[in-house]
Amino acid sequence: MSKNTVSARFRRVDVDEYDENKFVDEEDGGENQLGPDEAEVDSFIRQYPLYYKHSELDRAEGLVLKVLSAFKSSDIEKAVQSLDKNGVDLLMKYIYKGFERPSENSSAVLLQWHEKALTAGGVGSIVRVLTARKTV
Amino acid sequence: AHSVVGVRVDWPESASRAPSAFFTLCLPSLQLYSSPSFPLEIALCPNNHEVHIYKKDGTKWTKIHELKEHNGQVTGIDWAPDSNRIVTCGADRNAYVWTLKEGSWKPTLVILRINRAARCVKWSPKENKFAVGSSSRLISICYFEQENDWWVCKHIKKPIRSTILSLDWHPNNVLLAAGSCDFKCRVFSAYIKEVEEKPGPTPWGSKMPFGEVLFESGGTGGAAPSSSGGGGWVHSVCFSHSGNRLAWTSHDSTVSVAEGGKTGTVSSLSSETLPLLCVTFITENSLVAAGHDCYPMLYVYDGANASLTFGGKLDVPKQAASKDISARERFKNLDRRASETQSTDKDLNTLHKNSISQMSVLEGGRNQCTKFCTTGMDGGMGIWDVKSLESAMKNLKIV
Repeated sequence: MSKNTVSARFRRVDVDEYDENKFVDEEDGGENQLGPDEAEVDSFIRQYPLYYKHSELDRAEGLVLKVLSAFKSSDIEKAVQSLDKNGVDLLMKYIYKGFERPSENSSAVLLQWHEKALTAGGVGSIVRVLTARKTV
Repeated sequence: AHSVVGVRVDWPESASRAPSAFFTLCLPSLQLYSSPSFPLEIALCPNNHEVHIYKKDGTKWTKIHELKEHNGQVTGIDWAPDSNRIVTCGADRNAYVWTLKEGSWKPTLVILRINRAARCVKWSPKENKFAVGSSSRLISICYFEQENDWWVCKHIKKPIRSTILSLDWHPNNVLLAAGSCDFKCRVFSAYIKEVEEKPGPTPWGSKMPFGEVLFESGGTGGAAPSSSGGGGWVHSVCFSHSGNRLAWTSHDSTVSVAEGGKTGTVSSLSSETLPLLCVTFITENSLVAAGHDCYPMLYVYDGANASLTFGGKLDVPKQAASKDISARERFKNLDRRASETQSTDKDLNTLHKNSISQMSVLEGGRNQCTKFCTTGMDGGMGIWDVKSLESAMKNLKIV
């Protein structure tokens, strides 16, 4: 046979696509549990806004950044220590989310928060930011 | 500097090997040997297609066998102490059962019917079955069929959605815990009617047909809200000696314990360390785990309160006496490292210089472990004496 007279297009088929056991990652919508009143800075951080529709994410992130910037540098450590383990993990998520879109002063403020949160949560809290399947 | 806490064994060949050598270690139980101290033989894979068996002569380890049959990286080894058989599995999608005949190890192929690499293998407690976890998103339960004189396997598929990373058998020889990349730790029934009687009820359940899921993590159980939505690959699973408790470590830097009969409450601890790759019970209440932080650490489980707490770091080398540094050295260090001293936080002062990937109980079993060993990605093996650890570390209590 000098020439392949049959089409070789079958070689480009991705067989895994047709596997009925294929794992499909599920996106979770979930309800919106946005925290209230940004004047209540401490309690806001303690809220658990875990599930967000994508449209709400930016608003939540902006609010959190405002709240974190409102703190005096000397108060940051106390605020972090008032959080429980899950609160520290959640705070870390927001810190890294804030790093993604740096603005004027945000990085400086976030770095201060990051230092205190790292002392409280250890590198484990950063690992949980990376492995979290529900992002903030 | 580590003689009290841990002893490091460097393999004769490891000096010539690249630093990323990874050993899969498997130890026969000490029941075979009269010596109460170290095991006499070890099977390991030096990160290639082969398995090497080393024998201990006094303080030296010498290689006595090379098992060459796999066409791909050997990913799992398990040594059955009573029947003295070794099972290996590899990236070539095969498993081999090795028996010692006339002084050399002879392989028997086991067809696993998988189309991806095998990842881990474990003999059952009675050694009449073994389980192989693979990237094919299933577990192959293999048993010997007398009439045809070969090994056959049955598959556990549902509801596994990704690679199986770790396996551990319950002492009743039927239940099997599996950790997977789909973020779940599960307990399956691997009951094979051809080789065993129907099992009696356990705290995990009483109906155990093959493939039944008796427990799945991250479902209705789960401690904190943030852990139920997240999770990471389950690297390691381990039943306690009684089989009533199950511990697992996950890539989101958590370690968890579930109890049969109370599977509604799973105790999880979000640790401050990097992810843990291996875990084992050393008593019914104490766990030792290790991973990317290169040192083993203790966790204590309180069954009454269903809580898990960090018990301490188990590797504290003696402080090296600080030498007088000359002025010239100080400036040199300042210039090079922005610090006046030679050592920085980046230098590991732990026994292992790279992640610890595997941990095995050497003596005492999982209820009263007196010695355990760790192997790491630095190609070294550390042997830890529990009593020495307790006396060396202040405030360390192993309950």
